[in-house]
Amino acid sequence: MATRIKFQQNLDDLKERLLIMAGMAEQAIQRSIEAYSTRDLSICEMVFQSEPLINRLEREIDQMALDLLAMEQPMAIDLRFILSVIRINADLERVGDQAVNIAVRVREMGAFANIDLPVDIPKLASLSSAMVRKALQAFIEADAELAHSVLLLDDQVDEMNDAAFYALSTLIKDKPELTPQSLNALIIARNLERVGDHATNIAEDVIFWVRGKDVRHRNSPVP
Amino acid sequence: MGVGINVEHLNAWYGTTHTLQDINLNIPANHATALIGPSGCGKSTFVRCLNRMHETNPIARATGTVKMGDLDIYKDASPVEIRRRVGMVFQRPNPFPTMSIYDNVASGLKLNGFRNRAILDETVERSLKSAALWEEVKDDLKKKSGASLSGGQQQRMCIARALAVDPEVLLMDEPASALDPVSTSKIEDLIFQLKSQYTIVIVTHNMQQAARVAENTGFFLNGKMVEFDSTHKIFTNPKDKRTEDYITGRFG
Repeated sequence: MATRIKFQQNLDDLKERLLIMAGMAEQAIQRSIEAYSTRDLSICEMVFQSEPLINRLEREIDQMALDLLAMEQPMAIDLRFILSVIRINADLERVGDQAVNIAVRVREMGAFANIDLPVDIPKLASLSSAMVRKALQAFIEADAELAHSVLLLDDQVDEMNDAAFYALSTLIKDKPELTPQSLNALIIARNLERVGDHATNIAEDVIFWVRGKDVRHRNSPVP
Repeated sequence: MGVGINVEHLNAWYGTTHTLQDINLNIPANHATALIGPSGCGKSTFVRCLNRMHETNPIARATGTVKMGDLDIYKDASPVEIRRRVGMVFQRPNPFPTMSIYDNVASGLKLNGFRNRAILDETVERSLKSAALWEEVKDDLKKKSGASLSGGQQQRMCIARALAVDPEVLLMDEPASALDPVSTSKIEDLIFQLKSQYTIVIVTHNMQQAARVAENTGFFLNGKMVEFDSTHKIFTNPKDKRTEDYITGRFG
């Protein structure tokens, strides 16, 4: 016999709400990269418009989670689930912020000539977006193995970001007149690397929820 | 000071019903240990085996070993001696209604033959202070009956009565389930303070209470102990699916 039916429904609603939030954050990143590729400022505008909606959803999800903690006193896997949702919610909101940051840079780049830069932003975007998608898929399916595979991708994103930094800073030295475009592209690469970091956080939260293991900061050097 | 309790291959029966099946457990000294589980799972029978109260029922019997420190309670001691060393607090306060507060608290000592007035006075005061009741009753000790106190006060008086005989172990069978939240909070604060001096075993249906007061928790189901671990582990990441189903309310 099923028990705590209302609580289970509330948990399902919370998950559903978070997935809506995830969809919006993912779409914001995709749009910001489309804006970069096309230099279409109307797409930047769409990204800016999505931000307050994402922010509102973040508050709603936090409130739902807070209510469940206060009213239902969840335990074990339910407690870990709600804690993970709160963390993932914050990471998704930050993914939305990164999309806005990218759109701001694209808008600035619009004032300058569209030149070929020695950095493959769409490829970096594709990899970091794939990390987010995979992490969310792991969340949907409660799949800790899939979540773990996301962690392994983070190094690739970091390497691409490092390569972009090197190539663009070299270009700034060699051709100072291209500094505005190079600097904006460098910041966009950095934003995408941060998106990868948020995807990593989400994957770690999925592992915590499913397995009860805290795998954060495993490779951080001790200061 | 409290003593550790070592339980090995404990089995208990009521008539032909095998209510406890091969329980093995180490309860550490000077800690609070919570026992949780659905009604009829055997947790109350288990605590009643720890002070040989189980065998007061003519159709009940128990086998196995229960050691309190070095003392094997089924071999080396009488039930009377065991009950002096193991205090018990029940779900509903059970004051002696015609006795004053003083006599309620002193009753265990008097039963054990203590008559020295100074020692009785000192013990009653110390026990009531330990049970966080002294300030509320000190002016009415001999004027008011134990039954005239509120439910929460009665329960703390029963705790004082259990402490008066200077036990090493305190068993509590749902000590706060009949109390309001304020009285419950006082009992929980008391458990927190008392565990530095006594080994406390508490049976509770209130899992938040177990999480708040106990360092270790055991989950009983159908007469078996399914899982015993740190309270933190049991309530955040239990090993056994049955434990998880129970504490998340998915049982049924």
